Amino acid sequence: MDKVMASAAAAVADVGSGSTVMVSGFGPPGQPEALVTALLESGATDLTIINNNAGAGGVAISALFAAKRVRKVVCSFPKAIESTIFDDLYRAGELELELVPQGTLAERIRAGSAGIPAFYTPTGYGTQLAEGKETMVIDGRPCVLERALRADVALIRAHRADPSGNLVYRKTARNFGPIMAGAATTTVAEVGGIVALGALDPEHVVTPGALVHRIVVGADTGPTTGAV
Amino acid sequence: MTWNRKQIAARVAQDIPDGAYVNLGIGIPTMVADHVPAGRELVLHTENGMLGMGRAAAADEVDVDLINAGKVYVVEEPGASYFHHADSFALIRGGHLSYCVMGAYQVGQNGDLANWRTDDDDVIPGVGGAMDLAVGARHVFVAMDLFSRSGVCKIVPTCTYPLTAPGCVERVYTDWGVFRPLGDHVEIVELADGVDAAELRARGGGVFG
Repeated sequence: MDKVMASAAAAVADVGSGSTVMVSGFGPPGQPEALVTALLESGATDLTIINNNAGAGGVAISALFAAKRVRKVVCSFPKAIESTIFDDLYRAGELELELVPQGTLAERIRAGSAGIPAFYTPTGYGTQLAEGKETMVIDGRPCVLERALRADVALIRAHRADPSGNLVYRKTARNFGPIMAGAATTTVAEVGGIVALGALDPEHVVTPGALVHRIVVGADTGPTTGAV
Repeated sequence: MTWNRKQIAARVAQDIPDGAYVNLGIGIPTMVADHVPAGRELVLHTENGMLGMGRAAAADEVDVDLINAGKVYVVEEPGASYFHHADSFALIRGGHLSYCVMGAYQVGQNGDLANWRTDDDDVIPGVGGAMDLAVGARHVFVAMDLFSRSGVCKIVPTCTYPLTAPGCVERVYTDWGVFRPLGDHVEIVELADGVDAAELRARGGGVFG
């Protein structure tokens, strides 16, 4: 099985306008820069973006916001020191924001991949971010019902892939990759390099290939440590 | 004489025991790592996905894939581990971190924490991991200046800013001293040398008794 695509453009060619797109990354590490650049160049618009920092931390995703391709963003921390793109669009009312506590965002994505429709958590209870949500007291602790998140496409970044889509990550660039993989109809992984089938130690594979549908080679961010 | 930011951080560090797993927020909390008493080992968690976070990286140590939650390049400590975001917050939400130290806009005398947005609608709200930490860490400490730039006490009878979590703050470390929210008032645990308790009470809006 070979899931490697010829280009990032080919890998996102069927992402239509109005799609919901997950994008991995926390700050610059883990941003699939080549895939997001290809999405920008594809012309797709009216997008819903699910990403922890929204228009912050990645060059390509900031450009996507600046080009007004995004209708709604689901994130935990849209503020950026280095960019005012998000702030300007939000204040102008051109962008809908769904703000989610970071752990709840991660768990909603994980639940989306794991086939769990919703879960209860104490996080956010009694705050503005829980307004309108169902609550339940469980073992004496008040909790908020949070629903799983899914997307049409997940654009993630990993360190190495084999052709079947098994992935390993590098340091804090791992962040949202392993949980966004499988939380979308189509998962596309941008990697720093592709190794031969069998070259990844099965004990060290973080994301199993069943969760990954397409692979694209992007920039290589650094040396491999450990057993790859 | 009030404490400076380093002294506040050092005072927090005194109260975190050997072997603790700790998450430090941005600002004064980050500085706690530089003031851990000799012979005491803390394991630092950074919510983007690492335990065993080390100090800020020198220019020749920067690895583009290794940052902390404040988006500063850092180094690994021996024994460090990496994990994805849901596991990182499972560590927080599952009660596996013993301490977290955060900044705050307001702390209520009942321990309510407000540190993710003010009443200024022009400021873009950003919550990050604050609500998860406030609910999930076993001990929640706040480190901050006691008074705002306009001189208003940030420990208040009732928070007026939107809450991060109700009743979660155990101790508040400030330039004026260390305080403990007890519900109907705030206990003065310790005052900085030379700080006048009468002046503190006068400026505190009744929360210090």
